[in-house]
Order: sequence, then C-alpha cells, then structure tokens
Amino acid sequence: MVYPYLTGLVAGAFILASLVKVFNVEEVRPTYRLSLLTALAFLLIAPLPLQLHLGHPLRSYEIFLTPNPTSAMAMFGFVYLWYLMGVLVLELWFEYRRDLIVWSREERFPMSLVHRALSLFSTDTSDAAVAFDRKAIQVITVIGIPSAFLLHGYVGFIFGSVKANPWWGSVLMPIVFLMSAIVSGIALVMFLYMVLTPLRGEPIDMRCLDKLASYLFYAVIVDFSLEALDFIHRLYQSEESIHILGTLIASKLFMSLLVIQIFLGMLLPVGIMIAVRLFSVTAELRKLFYFTAIILIQLGIFATRWNVVIGGQLFSKSFRGLTTYKMEVVGIEGLITALVLLALPFGVLLVLLKVFPPWRRAAA
Amino acid sequence: MDKREFLKSLVVFIPAGGVIASLAKQAGAKAPEPAYQAKNHYYGMGIEIDKCIGCNRCVEACKLENDVPQEPFFFRTWVERYTIKKDKSVVVQTVGLRKGKAREIVEQEDVLRSFFVPKLCNHCANPPCVQVCPVDATWSTEDGAVLVDKNRCIGCRYCIQACPYGARYLHPKTKTADKCTFCYHRVVRGLLPACVEVCPTQARIFGDLKSQASRLVRFERLNKIHVLKPDLNTQPKVYYAGLDGEVR
Amino acid sequence: MKVPEQIKRLAVVLFVILAAVLLTRYLIPASVVDPRVYRASSAQREVSKEIKFAGATTCSDCHDDINTKKKVGFHKGLSCETCHGPSVKHAEDPSSGKPFAPRERKFCPQCHEYNPSRPTGFPQIIPTIHNPLKPCITCHNPHDPVPPQVPRECSACHAQIERTKALSRHALLECTTCHSTPTRHKQLPRSVKPTKPESREFCAKCHDTGASRKDAPKVDAATHGSRFLCWECHYPHMPGEA
Repeated sequence: MVYPYLTGLVAGAFILASLVKVFNVEEVRPTYRLSLLTALAFLLIAPLPLQLHLGHPLRSYEIFLTPNPTSAMAMFGFVYLWYLMGVLVLELWFEYRRDLIVWSREERFPMSLVHRALSLFSTDTSDAAVAFDRKAIQVITVIGIPSAFLLHGYVGFIFGSVKANPWWGSVLMPIVFLMSAIVSGIALVMFLYMVLTPLRGEPIDMRCLDKLASYLFYAVIVDFSLEALDFIHRLYQSEESIHILGTLIASKLFMSLLVIQIFLGMLLPVGIMIAVRLFSVTAELRKLFYFTAIILIQLGIFATRWNVVIGGQLFSKSFRGLTTYKMEVVGIEGLITALVLLALPFGVLLVLLKVFPPWRRAAA
Repeated sequence: MDKREFLKSLVVFIPAGGVIASLAKQAGAKAPEPAYQAKNHYYGMGIEIDKCIGCNRCVEACKLENDVPQEPFFFRTWVERYTIKKDKSVVVQTVGLRKGKAREIVEQEDVLRSFFVPKLCNHCANPPCVQVCPVDATWSTEDGAVLVDKNRCIGCRYCIQACPYGARYLHPKTKTADKCTFCYHRVVRGLLPACVEVCPTQARIFGDLKSQASRLVRFERLNKIHVLKPDLNTQPKVYYAGLDGEVR
Repeated sequence: MKVPEQIKRLAVVLFVILAAVLLTRYLIPASVVDPRVYRASSAQREVSKEIKFAGATTCSDCHDDINTKKKVGFHKGLSCETCHGPSVKHAEDPSSGKPFAPRERKFCPQCHEYNPSRPTGFPQIIPTIHNPLKPCITCHNPHDPVPPQVPRECSACHAQIERTKALSRHALLECTTCHSTPTRHKQLPRSVKPTKPESREFCAKCHDTGASRKDAPKVDAATHGSRFLCWECHYPHMPGEA
C-alpha cells in the first residue's frame, strides 16, 4: 500500500528534475538537486514495505535468480535496479562529481574521505571534464525519463493487468498511476523546498515556486481527467461488476474516494490554484495557498493509492458482498509500521542533504 | 574438459546429485506399482449441482487430508449456498464448518430457488496465478494440476489476487500461498482426491480426460457442461453440470 | 581521442559489479536456479505427502460382510470414510485403534436435516420433530438405512408437495386420485415410480362441462387452451393459480 505511494513520489520527483536538464526550464533550477536527492531517498526506502509484505522476506532474492518471464511482478526487480543504478545514482554522480572533488580538498578528515570515496577518487576538474559531466547528465536524463515512466507505469501495470479484479483491471491504470505519481512528486518537492529554504534562512524564489505550481496545476488537471475518464468509461460500459463497485464506492470507499481523493485532494486544490491565477495575490499569501494545496494533494494521492490497493480487496471474487479490511495498529503490516515507513525516506533525505548539500556549489 | 568447466560442473553436480539420489531412493521404496507416467494423464473434475446436499463432508475431509487450518476462511475447497430471492437478488453464504450446531435454516417466504455450489481450484489450463508468480513457484504439471512449491514461494500474494475464483489463500503457518492440488499425492497413486472419496452423493466426479473409460469423460458426455467465468479465458478444468446462471 | 576520466572510473565499478554477478551465477547450485531440477524435487515433495484417507476399496478387503450389506442399500454410494473419517492408520495396522464411529444423533442430520437448498427427493427430516433425543442408530442401520416402517403416508417423503396441496383447492383429494402408486414404490422409491396423468382427458373427467362432479369448476375441454396440456398452465398441487 505504502509502496506505490513512495515510488510515485520517486518518479514524480525525478521527472521534475529532468525538466531542468532536458527542457532547460531555468525557473525550476533551484529545485533540481533537491528533487534528485528526494527521488533517491524515496527510492531507497520504496522496496521496504514490499519486503515486509512478503510471507518470506528472506526469499526475495529469488526474484533475481528465477524470475518468471510471464509475471508482471518479476521484471519489477530489474526495472527497479536499472532505475536506481543506471539512472538515479549515475546522474547524481555526474552532477556532484566536480563539487565532491573540490569539497574534499577543503575539508578535514572524515568528510573529506567520504566525499573522495563518493567521487570514486576522481580528480579531474578541468573544463573539458566538467563539460563531459554535463553532456553525460543530458544523455542520462533522456534515458531517465522513460525509465521513470517505466518504473511507475509498471507499478500501474501490476495492478491493471489483474483480470480477476474489475476494480484494478483497466488499460488506463498505468497512465493514471503515472500521472498521479507526477502530481505527488512535484507536490513533494514543492513541500520540501518551501520547508527547507526558510529553515536555512534564505528567501524562497517565487519565480521557481510559481513555475512549479503551474506544472502541478497542469499535472493535476491531466490526472483528474484520466481518472474521470476511467470512471465514466466503467459507468457507461456498465458491465456486471458495476453493481459491486457501485456498492463499494457508496459504502466502504465513500470517505476515502469521494470526500478525500476527489473533493479534498483534487477539486479543492485545483480551485485554490485557479483562484491564485485569477486574482493577483501577494507573494506571502500565494505561499500559504500553495502550501495548503500541496498538503491537500499529498493527502489526496495517498487516498488514491489506498482506494486502489485496499479497495480492490474489499469485495468477494464472486462479486457478491463486501469484505472488511481491519487495520492493525502494531505488527509488521500495521499502522505504526506504515507511519515509520512513510517517515523513513525523510530521515534518509536528511542524511543525503548532509552528504550532498544541494545548495553548496563549489567555487570554480 | 578444462579445469574451470570441471569445477563448475562439480558445483552444480553436488546438490543436484543429492536430489537425484533422494528421488531414486524414494522411487525404489515404492517400487511395486508401475511407474507413474505424468504424460499419460490429464486430470479434471466434474461437479453435479443437483446432487450436492451441502453436507460439507468434502470440506472437512480436505482439511484433514491436506493440513488446511481448521479455522474458517482457510479453504482449499468450500461449498457455497446460493439463495435467489423472488426479487431476483442473490445471497451467497459459505456453508459453515461448525459441526453439529444447527445451521440457521429458515424457510423464507421470498425464496425463489436455492442450491449448493461446491468450489475449488479450477486447475485452469490457462492459469492466471501461474502467469503472475514472480519467482516461478507455482506451475502446471504435465498431468493437469496447478501446484505451489512452498519452498520457493515468497508469499507476495499476487497469485491470490490474480485468481478469479478466490481459490488461493495464504497459509498462516508456512506463510506461503496454498491451494487445492487435486490431492496430487493421492491421485498419482491411483486414489481419488479426498473430497471425491467422501462425497456421499457423487456430486463430485474425478477423472482423467485422456482416458476414454474415465468417469469424467462419461460425465462430460451425458451432461450439459459449464465452467466458472469462461469469459476470462482461464479454461477451467472443473466442469459443472446444472450450474445456475447466477453463480460466479 | 582521450578517454574521459569518468568513463575509466565507471568502467571499474561496472567491472566489479559484473564480476560479482557472474561469480554468484556460477556458485549457485542448479537445484536453486534450474527449473528442471527444482520442479522435479518439488513435485516429489508433493507426491510424498502423507495420505490420510485409505480409499473405499481398501476397507472391503477385511470388512467384506459390511460391504456386502451396504452395497445394496441406499448408502451404497457412500465411501466408508465419509462417516468413519480418515482411516489409513487403521488400514495399515488394524491393531493401532479403530476408526471413528458416529453414534450420536447430531451426526446424521449433517446430511439429512431438512434444508430448502437440498435437492428435492433427498431424504430429509426435521430433527426437532423427528423422534427427538433418540440416536438415529436406534431405529436405522447406517449400513443399510431403510425407514424402520414403510411410510403409510405419501407426506412422509413428499412433505413439501403435501403442504402445498393442503392449502389448495385440491386439499381434499387423495394423492392416489391422480397418481396410482404401486406398493413397491415404498421400498424402492427410485426404481418403482407412481404414475402421473398423461392427457387432457384425465383432468376433463372432473372439469369438462357436463362432467359428473358438481363442485369442480368447469371448462369446455374441447376448446379451452386446446393446444396445451392442463398442467402446462395449472399446477395440479395448487390449481387456480394459473
């Protein structure tokens, strides 16, 4: 449950980062490194809830040894590894390489060694080498965007390809997952940017924030249209499963789907952002509005994942009658574990921010 | 053979050799019966709705034979009671396990028709559970059973979700997916599955689709046959005679 | 052209990773990675599972007397272990103890308690009314269950029809008015069956205009729904409800 939410944040954050490099959107440059680090922090934690969900977590290595080629889930391990090693870590290394070298020369023992090791003991800071770094990042980002799409679209496919479950089985599932991932990723980076910058006593770059907000706005619109399309399509086709799904939405999912996901998580933030665009609002007020909107969006996307994953398991396979989901508070899949898992990436991010301070640019 | 290749084959051979040796030992112990040839068989089951009396003998026998946990909710096979009311609404209940205790049976005035439907793994010829297993822990045997290797299963529950019939559950002790095996251990020795063995009304028929003399082939010849959810193209091998259109 | 330094560094990392992957690949035994090997062993594990139910043919090897009796009675289709439970231990070593033998009253109703979902014709009782408190085996031999006395009334078995008819306009008619019932039907209910009316003329004996019975509603049998048999529209056990 937590897992699709986390990978969603990863993919979204990375796609935001790639905007800077591929499409040269200068306004959002201040969040470039932050979003890369966010993506890494969340990606590192993302498989953990999956591991805990397994009946035999210690056997999970089998997915690499004897993957079943017909399984949508088996390829996941490879997609994940590819994205982590082939894209994210590599891009970070090229981005930080020169800074790491410069930092390690200025620093004292423990940190200097850490930075030197992280730069793989590279020493070349010539202009030619830096130019090569930049070129490499471009290439990686171009590969990285489809990879990020793959990673999260793939999670959608794992659900969307289950023909046994009418709530999941939909061609649109991967795209809906992807769009909501982008939404939540942008909202997360905005959130972190708005929290971290004042903490360091620096002014928030309003141009950057406005640009992010407009991306977020468009992403939410696309996401909302896709989900609406999915709903309308089901409603209009009105297949056998519509009865049980209707009952499901009207009873068990009423709060989380209609109230939280659609109203609080979509319509309200969209309304806020339209209001901000229509009326010229002062910077301070804009910040407040944006902040409210992104918190609501995070809540909404979390509810989306809840509705998909838990909702899909709330009715019997004979389509007659609902089942109940009892949340445990303690235990390996309980509420507390889920909260810890949600908090963990922020802890990882804190460490990453210490090791790779995104705002410290080494002097030439 | 060069040195490297020799070492490689050695590493492969030692554990594999152990397995083969133990296979040979076990095969030797039961030598008298003629060797079982999986390729000569293809199993399926027939269920005659009009004969099922909902006595739950099959469910209890299955639990005993296969060490299925006694608690309700864990079933390799189970019996559903369908009640179609006069307003055409459908009520489905799983027949309870509590022995002896009078089951609440009220002759409702608004019942149109009512009957029992035994269910189990359909041992599909095109099984979605096998398709989705990430680690290759569940597979179709040559003789038409879908089995789970509980030493490989990682307990991800994807197969449980992918099964359109709700035939799989996570075994609370082994923490792996568990399901009906057609009593594979009995069948290969010429015995009937436990549920078929104890069925008092012969509502369940077990047989070999490759043998013209099998009871199942006769069952298929004499009845109008339907399978559950044929639209999903899972190609089930549990065939129902007299199945009501309301059954899913 | 000079190879950039970064490429050299990454090449080293890549090489280390590749080497590690290859190494593990060759160190892992085939029983873990080769489907042919691990399939065979898991199938073997499945096959060598313990059997608990011995199977019907095993029992008659020793208990021929009971089997001879059972195989002509109504319980001929039942396997011994349906009632006696899993008995493979007893079959392998008879001295190890006897199988379970149900003697209590609560056992038989698992199959024979009245349940509207059960197929019609299956013998069912309502335990609270049917000789309460007496164990079933005091009157019925489970290896050859026949009613202790031949039922006098049709309603003993056909209770549902009897209840329907009792509320209908045919309430006062005997079953035998329409169904002539051989006595042997009471012993062999499935192989010797009562008759059923076959033609329109049967109903017309009472219901045709001019028929002798005064209280029966009359129609002109020659013209009334002439293409159909009477019971295609009128249920004889509840007539009047077309």
